[in-house]
Amino acid sequence: MEANKFIVPIGPQHPALKEPGHFEFTVDGEVVTDATIRLGYVHRGVERGTEDRTWVQNLYLIERICGICSHIHATAYALGVEKLAGVSAPPRAQAIRELFCELERIHSHLLWVGVAAHEAGFDALFMYSWRDRETVMDLLEGLSGNRVHYSCNVLGGVKFDIDDTQRDTILRGLEFLEQRTQHYLDVVTNDAAFLRRTRGVGVMTREQAIEYGTVGPVARASGVERDVRVDAPYLAYDQFPVKTITDTAGDLEARFAVRVRELFESYRVIREILDNLPRSELAAKMPRKIPPGEAISRVEAPRGELFYFIKSNGGEKPERVKVRTPSICNFGSVGRLTIGHQLADAPMILAGIDPCFSCNDRAVYITRNGDTQRWSWDDLCRYGVANAE
Amino acid sequence: MNINPERMWEDALEKLKTWARINSPWAIHYNSGSCNGCDIEILATLTPRYDLERVGVKLQGSPRHADILICTGPVTLQSRERLKRIYEQMPEPKFVVAVGSCAISGGAFQGCYNVVGHVDAVIPVDAYIPGCPPRPEAIIDGVVKLLESLKKTDSRAQSAENSAQTADSEH
Repeated sequence: MEANKFIVPIGPQHPALKEPGHFEFTVDGEVVTDATIRLGYVHRGVERGTEDRTWVQNLYLIERICGICSHIHATAYALGVEKLAGVSAPPRAQAIRELFCELERIHSHLLWVGVAAHEAGFDALFMYSWRDRETVMDLLEGLSGNRVHYSCNVLGGVKFDIDDTQRDTILRGLEFLEQRTQHYLDVVTNDAAFLRRTRGVGVMTREQAIEYGTVGPVARASGVERDVRVDAPYLAYDQFPVKTITDTAGDLEARFAVRVRELFESYRVIREILDNLPRSELAAKMPRKIPPGEAISRVEAPRGELFYFIKSNGGEKPERVKVRTPSICNFGSVGRLTIGHQLADAPMILAGIDPCFSCNDRAVYITRNGDTQRWSWDDLCRYGVANAE
Repeated sequence: MNINPERMWEDALEKLKTWARINSPWAIHYNSGSCNGCDIEILATLTPRYDLERVGVKLQGSPRHADILICTGPVTLQSRERLKRIYEQMPEPKFVVAVGSCAISGGAFQGCYNVVGHVDAVIPVDAYIPGCPPRPEAIIDGVVKLLESLKKTDSRAQSAENSAQTADSEH
């Protein structure tokens, strides 16, 4: 009945998430019947910004697309530019990049476990996982000198080498983290109170996961074996491979379990890299001007597949850089999954995809059933101005 | 120390309010276009390793309960009005902390088409914490310095000044 329809607006400033996003849940009593999401509060125009900066300056701008997965953005960009220039980074640089990718995944997943537990009202787990996350932050800081934007990549290689002292520190840190992660796996799969918030909530079948175009751990929790590290190895992933972790349940519990079990894979592969670090130079020489052409690079960010399209016209600046981040792919599923659930479960389902709004806020246009529509420059301007008000 | 017999109670009450304010400031956090590196560091500041709560700071959900607005990131066109609205919803006296290079100067995003600029182009800022992102220690230091400065200022003068500034920015 129309009279019972009630819309709960949440955001853009809200206590649950760190970043702005606006949600409107239509509820019938406590049950969500419709959900609308409005994004775009942190749209800064990074893609356009890259066209005004040189290839090297862009490395630093692109790293700042996201503060959680900064290294993977810079890696995807560097790989694309290297492909265009016909240069490949030396083996040691590739291995160090992979090491950073995996350390970043550890920090991102531990962060997510905490935030998602906080959404469930389980603040003890939040505090514990963030306390333990400081261990990996220390490792990253020890390697690069910064806690968040490591700036480890240069075009053609990496900046930092790893010596024996650092190696031992990393191994000690991993030992502690592995032991803690075992505990978290135990908590997220056995804690009765927590399971009541996660088991059977936000279930997405394998077919739905494919239909909604989900990527990363969200898709893998629904049984879709999709991992760029395995499907199309980049960096040193063919030398130091990882296993794809999947689950079949497709609910929130599975998303927790998949991410926590991925941590063990990361620990294993980091140890393997440290034991067999190839000896070579750290960086290859890169030309200042990149030859004209187009390149695509795909990498697996902590949240799923990250896609870069880079076009050069032979100058000192790129002609076009297109970024497709995993969060925007996964966002489509949230609106559908919350329908039929209690309003109290909505934040959990939202947190379940590990949304990252700073990655998210770029223009996306979805067409149904193969409709095509072209947006002219004027349309885009009008759209941009209308939404800015 | 001058004691004005007519305003004795008023002054005592004011002192009590300042004391309470300094010992338990409630903060609200708004990301107006940050890469979320600073947001994560702010959250890390509240968790056990750094534990900002030991100086009494509590992160609060509603602007109407908050004393300090912690801003991160450059201000984008879309979030400008929101930031202003959140600032206006906060009760007097209110203080703004700009965290990170972007909030101070626009940082790496200077010149991007959807970026208005730094936070103090939109609302008045009381404390700046530089860094990309600032370390949790730096955030603690910034907040503590702000609280120290509250001891010296008369909160009534502060709130009068703030409302004058808001009025200016509106016109």
